[in-house]
Amino acid sequence: MLGKKILGLNKKDTRFLLIVIALTLLTPVLLQPFAEGSELAQFNGGYPDLMQKIAIFGIFAVGFNILFGLTGYLSFGHAAFLGVGSYAAVWMMKLLTMNVIPAILLAMVVSGLFAAAIGFVSLRRSGIYFSILTLAFAQMSYKMAYSVLTPLTNGETGLQLSLDDPRVLDRAIEGSSLPVTNIFGLAMNASHKVEVLGRVFTFNVGYYFCAVIAVIAFYVAIRLFRSPFGMMLRAVKSNQQRMTYTGLDPKPYTLAAFVISGMYAGLAGGLLAAMDPLAGADRMLWTASGEVVIMTILGGAGTLMGPVLGAGVIKYLENIFSKINESVLHSWFHWLPDGIEDVVIWVFARFTGEGWHLTLGVTFMLVVTFLPGGLVEGLKRLSKRIREGKTKRDKYDGSDPEHHPAPTKRVAGE
Amino acid sequence: METILLQLLNGLDKGSAYALIALGLTLIFGTLGVVNFAHGAIFMIGAFCAVTLSRLLNLSFETVDPEKLDFLGNPAKIKTPYVEAWFGHDFGHALIDWAVPLAILFSIPIMIAVGFIMERGLIKHFYKRPHADQILVTFGLAIVLQEVIKYFYGANPISTPAPDAFKGSFDFGAMLGFDPNVIIYPYWRLVYFLFAAVVIGAVFSFLRFTTFGMVVRAGMADRETVGLLGINIDRRFTIMFGLAAAVAGSAGVMYAPILSPNYHMGMDFLVLCFVVVVVGGMGSLPGAVAAGFLLGILESFSSMNAVKSILPGIDQIIIYVVAIIILLTRPRGLMGKKGVMED
Amino acid sequence: MSKTDLTRRGVLRTGAVAGAGLALPTIFTSGAHAFTNEPMGGTVTLGFNVPQSGAYADEGADELRAYQLAVEHLNGEGDGGMLNTFSSKTLEGNGILGKKVEFVTGDTQTKSDAARASAKSMIEKDGAVMITGGSSSGVAVAVQGLCQEAGVIFMSGLTHSNDTTGKDKKANGFRHFFNAYMSGAALAPVLAARYGADRKAYHLTADYTWGWTQEESIAAATEALGWETVNKVRTPLGAGDFSSYITPVLQTDADVLILNHYGGDMVNSLTNAVQFGLREKMVNGKQFEIVVPLFSRLMARGAGENIKGILGSTNWHWSLTDEGSKAFVKSFGTKYGFPPSQAAHTCYVQTLLYADAVARAGSFNPCAVVEALEGFEFDGLGNGKTLYRAEDHQCFKDVLVVRGKENPTSEFDLLEIVEITPAAQVTYPADHPMFAGGALGDCNAG
Repeated sequence: MLGKKILGLNKKDTRFLLIVIALTLLTPVLLQPFAEGSELAQFNGGYPDLMQKIAIFGIFAVGFNILFGLTGYLSFGHAAFLGVGSYAAVWMMKLLTMNVIPAILLAMVVSGLFAAAIGFVSLRRSGIYFSILTLAFAQMSYKMAYSVLTPLTNGETGLQLSLDDPRVLDRAIEGSSLPVTNIFGLAMNASHKVEVLGRVFTFNVGYYFCAVIAVIAFYVAIRLFRSPFGMMLRAVKSNQQRMTYTGLDPKPYTLAAFVISGMYAGLAGGLLAAMDPLAGADRMLWTASGEVVIMTILGGAGTLMGPVLGAGVIKYLENIFSKINESVLHSWFHWLPDGIEDVVIWVFARFTGEGWHLTLGVTFMLVVTFLPGGLVEGLKRLSKRIREGKTKRDKYDGSDPEHHPAPTKRVAGE
Repeated sequence: METILLQLLNGLDKGSAYALIALGLTLIFGTLGVVNFAHGAIFMIGAFCAVTLSRLLNLSFETVDPEKLDFLGNPAKIKTPYVEAWFGHDFGHALIDWAVPLAILFSIPIMIAVGFIMERGLIKHFYKRPHADQILVTFGLAIVLQEVIKYFYGANPISTPAPDAFKGSFDFGAMLGFDPNVIIYPYWRLVYFLFAAVVIGAVFSFLRFTTFGMVVRAGMADRETVGLLGINIDRRFTIMFGLAAAVAGSAGVMYAPILSPNYHMGMDFLVLCFVVVVVGGMGSLPGAVAAGFLLGILESFSSMNAVKSILPGIDQIIIYVVAIIILLTRPRGLMGKKGVMED
Repeated sequence: MSKTDLTRRGVLRTGAVAGAGLALPTIFTSGAHAFTNEPMGGTVTLGFNVPQSGAYADEGADELRAYQLAVEHLNGEGDGGMLNTFSSKTLEGNGILGKKVEFVTGDTQTKSDAARASAKSMIEKDGAVMITGGSSSGVAVAVQGLCQEAGVIFMSGLTHSNDTTGKDKKANGFRHFFNAYMSGAALAPVLAARYGADRKAYHLTADYTWGWTQEESIAAATEALGWETVNKVRTPLGAGDFSSYITPVLQTDADVLILNHYGGDMVNSLTNAVQFGLREKMVNGKQFEIVVPLFSRLMARGAGENIKGILGSTNWHWSLTDEGSKAFVKSFGTKYGFPPSQAAHTCYVQTLLYADAVARAGSFNPCAVVEALEGFEFDGLGNGKTLYRAEDHQCFKDVLVVRGKENPTSEFDLLEIVEITPAAQVTYPADHPMFAGGALGDCNAG
């Protein structure tokens, strides 16, 4: 009822969206499962920065998936839009106000325009040629931002706020320390901590701001996926030629998808700046573009939830595993006999702390080898197994075609 | 004039590096259709073959010299390489000195093995998977290989000098009749260029003039039919993988004296090589080589002060600018084949 | 890495037990604390934020070793290192203000974003009261800005750009390492004395902010002594092969090449320059020379024999013979088996200086620490008499001019000290134009 009238979604999608909303709201609790001071507290991820990053990169990946999952066009330069969005947002904060709303709006507009220009050129080619065109534009943006465009981007250090920025609207209320980002006076870094059963939960304004926007972005993505426009984009993926023969020009559709997904990236970039007013050139490096591709595939390309999951897993690994140093390992395994302890710690140390990249690499390989279709596929298999266990014989295959990654075409030249 | 000639030389040198790496990549990516993000890592492993051999030759036993003190004030340990003890000082020293060229012999079997293991153990299962999956799995593999190298060799660049005989430079300009002392060129770079030419020639003639090459080329064009003809195309593709790894690996070995190897050099070259292969055109070996040289030369020209003073920063982005121009004017790059990875 | 070390393990075990006793009030907001992450229990947490992946990972690893050593010494374990030679005697080897020192580590990846994310997690999740570390200026400036906003102290690691204590200086940030201006001021007289006052210099500069500040500093210092700057060419970061930038040098009448590069770029550009035979050349009747203004011993190893005879500057070197340096090299070398790098030294010293400032102030409150560090004069930490200037939070101390050693006796013995430039010679007024455009602002306690 609620879904149909107000949101325009069918029952299943409404349920799905409600689950997503619940999960997002409860993230500060869900990511903080271990008691403070216990040895597993290291794995707690419920602190504001990580939660914000997961929500923001979730938005980025969802947007990327609108292009890649639906049309099959693999952009390898999406980080450029995120970077441009960040720069636009920080400039807004430097010039006008620390309120994040104008900053985020400007970020979306600027990255949308940027995406329109790049998309218009790049979409003249398809397949790998398209990927390399987007990559080339993004690398150009990165290299310029790092060096020649330093007056605009502050180069290596990244664009930061400073005390002598104009900030026209806030001028009157500023003291001699840097202002903080806020939404109509409510500071983004304000947090409320609650302790329950030895667990400390942090409810942070910035996170909830990101969460609300992420839910909206997610909702828009669902609507897009289900709309006639989404159908057109799928047609582009499955057979562009046939589409052309029926008298439809695919280009406006793909360009629209490209711009929308560029604006998602800009939104993510703007939010990054809103949480932490700094915009660095590194955000546009090809590895950053690769990261969003990998988040999407890891979670499950073409699925709604997959990219968010992928973003969560990668950010979690990056932030939590890199901090498990040998002294933390010692504190875990100190009860082992000395010789064995050293061996165990040596093995773990290869995968944590400075070795966290290894965990990342191994995860990629394992997931893609054993779970084609990504983490969503894994969850689906898991839930299927549980359901089958309950009802013994359920011949109905619960997999939803909408949520299932369509197989891409086979490798050419085979 | 001298400036242009000099930058042409530099460009040829840079180009031969790009062409060699791109050649290996295009064997796998342009023709087998596997998006191999681990290719840079293979190049890196090649370079570390040189490092490893030089370390092996430098394995030393220690003797305590009570006369000298180490940094803590304890008696210093003097290291003598085993090879010098076994083969006499002069021959042992020469062996160590020639570590890089010797590493070519050492690296080829290793790299072929790496290629085989990669293909049989992993990539084989991904021929029919979407490109996206191939990216993810090979990227994961590249990270793993990188971390392994980092564990053993650290993150800093490692000095791997060329043999003393090739260390200096010669006055190339004077030989051509230009003013002396203007066009000076290091011997090793000339060696590298010649080496690249030989390898590229060998790969081409191998694919052109041998039955094996013929079958592989047929397999690229239509794998299914070749398979139906009763030819084991799979095994040949495995061999191609080994070949590609050996080409990239030997490129890495020979490049080590020019660029001190470090564990992330593969990633630094990776993007560039994809650009080179695609600009050359998918499925075309000559295209990849031509694009490698073209981009190398243009990169050198764009770093001339005269050019940079007009367009500041152009040397940073020239490769991408050229790539965009070529891909927009020639839909399939320089020599790409129709229908390869266009959807 | 896999080495077992009984002393350290002892510390860590007891540390873990102490950490478990962390008590928190049932409900509180950030207002309950007097300042960000006020240490409540019997321990205090420091955040060591160093590069563990990417080009500077080895320097990061060395920094981490130094931090662990510093924590050991602060907690009264080991031989005490430079605590015994430090001129201030407030630290007693019982932690800081009686609280046991614990630490968390993170990976900056030498990217501003990742470094800030890592520092944030230390502040938000682990309750770190001070962040330190880093091996590049971009990261130092970015993290310094974050610490200012979050209300914790930042003690920077290796950062050489003028901007860190120039236009990007912050009240909560402190730098012990020297800077590009000091390199120029120390190096130029030595260059003029050895190579003559009538020289023509050609600069190759890494095309980002640190490279620019160094190029500006060195050019200004050498020009003041009569050198002429022929050309300044910017090279892309990570260019790899520098041949196309080095060959044009031969076509000018320059007789000195100055490489404003660091890390892998330095290794490659120097190797290339030597390969192209620049050092054998005679120009204007003078021997052609190459100068690397900022030397790092760890990195120099990558250039192998090519560094022999090359002049440069460095913040500290293990072959110094003052009591502080000797004590530090001894405890570091005994623990790890090789001498510390300049990055390790600066990080160790920064940790001690922070602890000492807290002890003297009697409080972990960042504003009290800032007050204790501003204008603080000390000695016995390896660089002679040193001043933490109040106006810009920069340390002023002796700078080393070094040269690649011709006959190294070990793999660590790569540099020899040519001259120790006294602090007075490298001191500049706080309003020097190369450092203009920023303001410290007020200290922030969160």
